Amino acid sequence: MGTGITSVLTSTFRLDERGLHMGIQNIQSKEWTVHDQMNAKKQRQKKLRRLEKLIPVFLFLCAIISILTTLGILYTLISSAIGFFGEVSFSEFFLNTEWKPWSGSFGVSPLITGTLLITGIAIIVAIPLGLATAIFLSEYASDRTRRIVKPVIEILAGIPTVVYGFFALTFVTPLIQHVIPDLKIFNALSGGIVVGIMIIPTIASLSEDAMSAVPGNIREGAYAVGATRFEVAMKVVVPAALSGIIASFVLGISRAIGETMIVTIAAGQSPTLTLDPTQSIQTLTSFIVQGTSGDTAYGSTIYYSVYAVGITLFVFTLAMNFLSQYISRRFREEY
Amino acid sequence: MSTIAKPIVKKQSEEKTIEKDSVFGVSNLNLWYGTDQALYDIHMDIYKNEITAIIGPSGCGKSTFLKTLNRMVEMVPIVKTSGTIKYNDENIFDPKYSVEDLRTRVGMVFQKPNPFPKSIYDNVAYGPRIHGIKNKKDLDTIVEKSLKDAALWDEVKDRLHENAYGLSGGQQQRLCIARCLAIEPDVILMDEPTSALDPISTMKVEELVQNLREKYSIVIVTHNMQQAARISDKTAFFLNGELVEFTETDQLFSNPADKRTEDYITGRFG
Amino acid sequence: MPLRNQDDMYKRRKRRTAKNNIFRTLFFTATTVGLIVLAMLIYRVLSQGTGSLSWDFIRNFAAPYPDEAGLLAGIVGSLYLMGIVAIFSIVVGVSTAIYLEEYAKKGKLTTFIQMNIQNLAGVPSVVFGLLGLTFFVYVLDFGYSLLTGGLTMSLLVLPIIVVSSQEALRSVPSELKEASAAMGASKWQTIFRVVLPAALPGMITGSILALSRAIGETAPLLVVGAATAIYSLPDSVVDSYTVMPIQIYSWISKPGDEWPLLAAAGIIILLIFLLIMNTIAVLIRNKFQRRY
Repeated sequence: MGTGITSVLTSTFRLDERGLHMGIQNIQSKEWTVHDQMNAKKQRQKKLRRLEKLIPVFLFLCAIISILTTLGILYTLISSAIGFFGEVSFSEFFLNTEWKPWSGSFGVSPLITGTLLITGIAIIVAIPLGLATAIFLSEYASDRTRRIVKPVIEILAGIPTVVYGFFALTFVTPLIQHVIPDLKIFNALSGGIVVGIMIIPTIASLSEDAMSAVPGNIREGAYAVGATRFEVAMKVVVPAALSGIIASFVLGISRAIGETMIVTIAAGQSPTLTLDPTQSIQTLTSFIVQGTSGDTAYGSTIYYSVYAVGITLFVFTLAMNFLSQYISRRFREEY
Repeated sequence: MSTIAKPIVKKQSEEKTIEKDSVFGVSNLNLWYGTDQALYDIHMDIYKNEITAIIGPSGCGKSTFLKTLNRMVEMVPIVKTSGTIKYNDENIFDPKYSVEDLRTRVGMVFQKPNPFPKSIYDNVAYGPRIHGIKNKKDLDTIVEKSLKDAALWDEVKDRLHENAYGLSGGQQQRLCIARCLAIEPDVILMDEPTSALDPISTMKVEELVQNLREKYSIVIVTHNMQQAARISDKTAFFLNGELVEFTETDQLFSNPADKRTEDYITGRFG
Repeated sequence: MPLRNQDDMYKRRKRRTAKNNIFRTLFFTATTVGLIVLAMLIYRVLSQGTGSLSWDFIRNFAAPYPDEAGLLAGIVGSLYLMGIVAIFSIVVGVSTAIYLEEYAKKGKLTTFIQMNIQNLAGVPSVVFGLLGLTFFVYVLDFGYSLLTGGLTMSLLVLPIIVVSSQEALRSVPSELKEASAAMGASKWQTIFRVVLPAALPGMITGSILALSRAIGETAPLLVVGAATAIYSLPDSVVDSYTVMPIQIYSWISKPGDEWPLLAAAGIIILLIFLLIMNTIAVLIRNKFQRRY
């Protein structure tokens, strides 16, 4: 069939060419070719078009999965947490200062202080280093340096956390023990420091983006009156990019709160109500790992307590994420 | 070159005015972008196998009008229209009217050459393929014929499978015309097709447009009055969303009926 | 009296320049800290791990003695897991992105889906583990299986794929869509034949980055019950499994001097996988960058 049509096509094509040359119109030959073929396929095409109407439906269903995921998380956490608070009172959970689930003490505060301790140490490490890196890259470094250094810093964000955990336990802890001999093998300090290193790229990269977005003419104005680079950075660029910078801090904090493997490996599994960084502690996240791996029976109080801890963690990080989004939206600089 | 072609043009358009064989009948057309009205009460007939030029200062609604003819204007979601456009006696705004069918019959060439990031061959074969033609030999024939009709064949026949982005701007625009010809539309809408091109490429495209008149009805928006005078049979002058004057090209440029047309073509504004 | 004391200004300028130089050095040093830590981390892993690397290490299953233990179950498990994640998260993620960019009308629901995806990206991975534990392990009764792990991980990396695919779709010039629509192509034909091919490099890059996140994640898999030691390869998606990071974690937690060395060797293999994936992603990005 194909060859038949093709030969007709070719002959009409010759006609056309001759027609053009002789200045004669040849509408009839045109009505042949592609049209006829397209018309022959028309019914099939119509059917296909009708089928295509189903595609957006499928796509929409896929888009709904992300919402179902959120609802699933909320449902999972809330329903199991309700199960938990049926057996353990709110006041026990929030006011008791002991977390010993296997002997029946469900006071969450040691886990919260553990998380805060890790997060605090991480911030002390990451904010100065991350911000200084961002300022260096955005204000001092040449384009070439920035193009090389920024991706390398970002590699730090792509390293699996289990690798960081290994690094904290086998390298950072022995290193610090040279300075602080009393340091426990599992301790909050080295865990916190390494979590801080892990979030440096988050802070550096996002802050640098915010600072690079400050338009050149604002800087030029300051340089024109004789300001040094440092003065321009601190008095012009950082204030102008402040919302982006703070948003990056908040996002970094949220990462630190939710970090699991580093603290599980390096900070220990002993929930203690302490702010002493040399001690072994437990965070919300590492209890979740401890409480689910091993032989926790489905439906037991300990099983439910994992979800109560999970919802506490979720609320913390959700608040941080909203805060970061709110800051970057509310204070978005309009240049 | 265009001056040589001119006399033939005239003869044809005279014949056509007797036949009154219209492809588009526009009546009472109003168009809004949100609350801003862009077209006011347009009445206009566009005839078969003629080149109709639309001129006017920028922002006068000439491109909007052109894009209404194949309903491309609806790509902007806030657009509202009223009135009718009849294409072969069917109202294209009828809810039952298939916009895909309309655009298959009414092709379009854009201001900036916009070939797909595919090979030259795949660009031209795109239209036939989406309309269900899969046979390799048929496609080969169509591609060759379309590229020849677009006067591009000799320049690209040895590199049909190279990326279209390797062509010059003028070649890309002719490729876009070839792509449009491949589904053999009845009408070709051209939205300032030469505004992004150098003078030599412009000349080639103009020449091509002249030749295409033999088989197609062409509506061309141009910001260049000389171009309109050179190539078109009829010219419409738009101003602030209104159709001020629409008549034979010669008449419009030599003896405009409206004072505003005269002011525009003599260069008092625009 | 002159308004500006030249002498004074000169002294102050010197002080300001000195301050600038001090801080420049400080900022530079801070930047190098990140780089130094990265270098040290890689050096430590290599110096500890290379001794244990051998073909046996890649061919062997877990074992009670360090010199017999290998990563085979972890490597194969990670590859299977990535297969499941790739199929599920790329289909759902790309579809979501197409829906949001090409079909969704601007409105409350679209904004809500968009914000929801942003928030999901910020949820700690261990919480996804809890979701998987309830739904996949218990409610759908997939147990501690490969399927459970794969689906949990898919949901975790879904936001990464959606966001990167949206960016890729947004970078396709609207002129191309117009050209296609003007030829009578239906919306889906335009998307399938013009928009998707043009957006493909960006989508592939994003997907590879998402998969490399998935291959390194440990916490959610611990929660949904990936095995720490396993002595056979999974036969089906409902079989039990382990992955590289889990094996590494189990070795780190074992007492004794030799196990950490084995963990380092495992980390080297894991990092090689990541390096390959990221190199591919970068190559694709560079090859197809800025074509319009």
